[in-house]
Amino acid sequence: MTRKIPQIICALFGMTLFLLYFSQHPTARNLNLTILNDYFQIIFAFTLLVGVVSFVKVNLKAFERGEDRSYHLVSVIGVFIMPLLAIIWGIKGDSPFMWVFENIQVPMQATVFALLAFFVASASFRGFRARSVQATILLAAALIMLLSRSTIGDMIADQIPQIADWIRNYPSMAARRAILIGIGLGSLTTSLRVMVGIERTWLGGDK
Amino acid sequence: MLLYLTKLALVPAVAWFDVSKLPVLISAVIAVVIVLYTTYSRKSRERFKIREIAGLKAIEEAIGRATEMALPVLYTPGWGGDIQRPTTIASLNILSHIAEKTAQYNCHLLFPTHDPVIMSVAQEVVRESYARAGFIDRFKEDDIRYVTSSQFGYAAAVEGLITRLKPASIFLLGTFEAESLILAETGNIAGAIQIAGTDSTIQLSFFIVACDYTLIGEELFAASGYLSGDRSIMASIRAQDILKIIIIIFMVTAVLWASFAPSADWWVFR
Repeated sequence: MTRKIPQIICALFGMTLFLLYFSQHPTARNLNLTILNDYFQIIFAFTLLVGVVSFVKVNLKAFERGEDRSYHLVSVIGVFIMPLLAIIWGIKGDSPFMWVFENIQVPMQATVFALLAFFVASASFRGFRARSVQATILLAAALIMLLSRSTIGDMIADQIPQIADWIRNYPSMAARRAILIGIGLGSLTTSLRVMVGIERTWLGGDK
Repeated sequence: MLLYLTKLALVPAVAWFDVSKLPVLISAVIAVVIVLYTTYSRKSRERFKIREIAGLKAIEEAIGRATEMALPVLYTPGWGGDIQRPTTIASLNILSHIAEKTAQYNCHLLFPTHDPVIMSVAQEVVRESYARAGFIDRFKEDDIRYVTSSQFGYAAAVEGLITRLKPASIFLLGTFEAESLILAETGNIAGAIQIAGTDSTIQLSFFIVACDYTLIGEELFAASGYLSGDRSIMASIRAQDILKIIIIIFMVTAVLWASFAPSADWWVFR
């Protein structure tokens, strides 16, 4: 029974959302928005509470064990400080909450994002080694793309940007679309398996 | 109730069915009928096998390596998805299989995620897998943890876990965005064996470069049937091949038609 009820709810909502897609009627659109926004927000709010409790528990336990204490301490302080700042002074432009957000959180996120530039360089270095015919083709295509996107490409030959556009629009696009069709069909069959109850892993299993 | 009915009466007359979506409905019905037929038809279930998928075959090897080295296995579903996405469901199916193996081998499994809903479902999936393997006492709820909903906060948290714990095997299966290469390259630097798969074609190229095995496109969705050997699930995978053949026939017909009648556009889905 603990498996049956969620399975029935899942099938019912899956079917309803499928049918609602084919209607532009205001009632249907409202129902669609209610299910997708309101219902999901309610579920999210409850699980967020569980998530935050788990986060605090994990960090406090690690702090107690003495593993990387500074990181865990900062994490726990952050979890409590940010809501407190928001509750006491609000989240308007000149509030302490926004100051912390703009001067601490945003720069930290930008720092992690900036790492991507170095990782792209190291991954490209590894990926573009001409070890086989396929890898050599990949290397040549990458070189043409790089040249076409820099001013030096035009200076070497006028055809380089045209060749790069052709690579992007034909071989690359064809491969991407083939993968996307596979993903679309995979999503369709997975969704159907979940709706009709063949796939029950998300419920924990078969029992 | 009266107020609701009054509001409903004031709504301008709009048809319940949007006729412009009829081609989509017909295609969807054909697809659903084929999937359900192949799944439930006994004859269809008995006659085929799935080709070998290197990334899925390597799962056992990856967990074995972690067990031998006494290092953890790290599994993360990426920042881009939520529980409504079929990719996340497909990822959780693979997680179930991996958790069963880590339970049997007594190997430490870590699952950091950005979404508390995914965390709750994953905890249930892993708990059941440990119970199925007969080692429920080895299950630790805190190993399936929520880190943060912020994209680069999540990337930093998982990166930190990889750098500090040096997992022997890393599974990056789910919906990934810009964090994909940060995680894959950090895993590579840590020397972990990495198995990745995503529904994002842009991130796939990063995974192919940085990981040992990559599940491309539909392979991620086929994993559940491949790993469990469930005949019904495998039969539904066959439906994908039938649908692919139909799509190819449709595309070739449309190309030929367009060659002879350039003004025609009956194949365009609006």
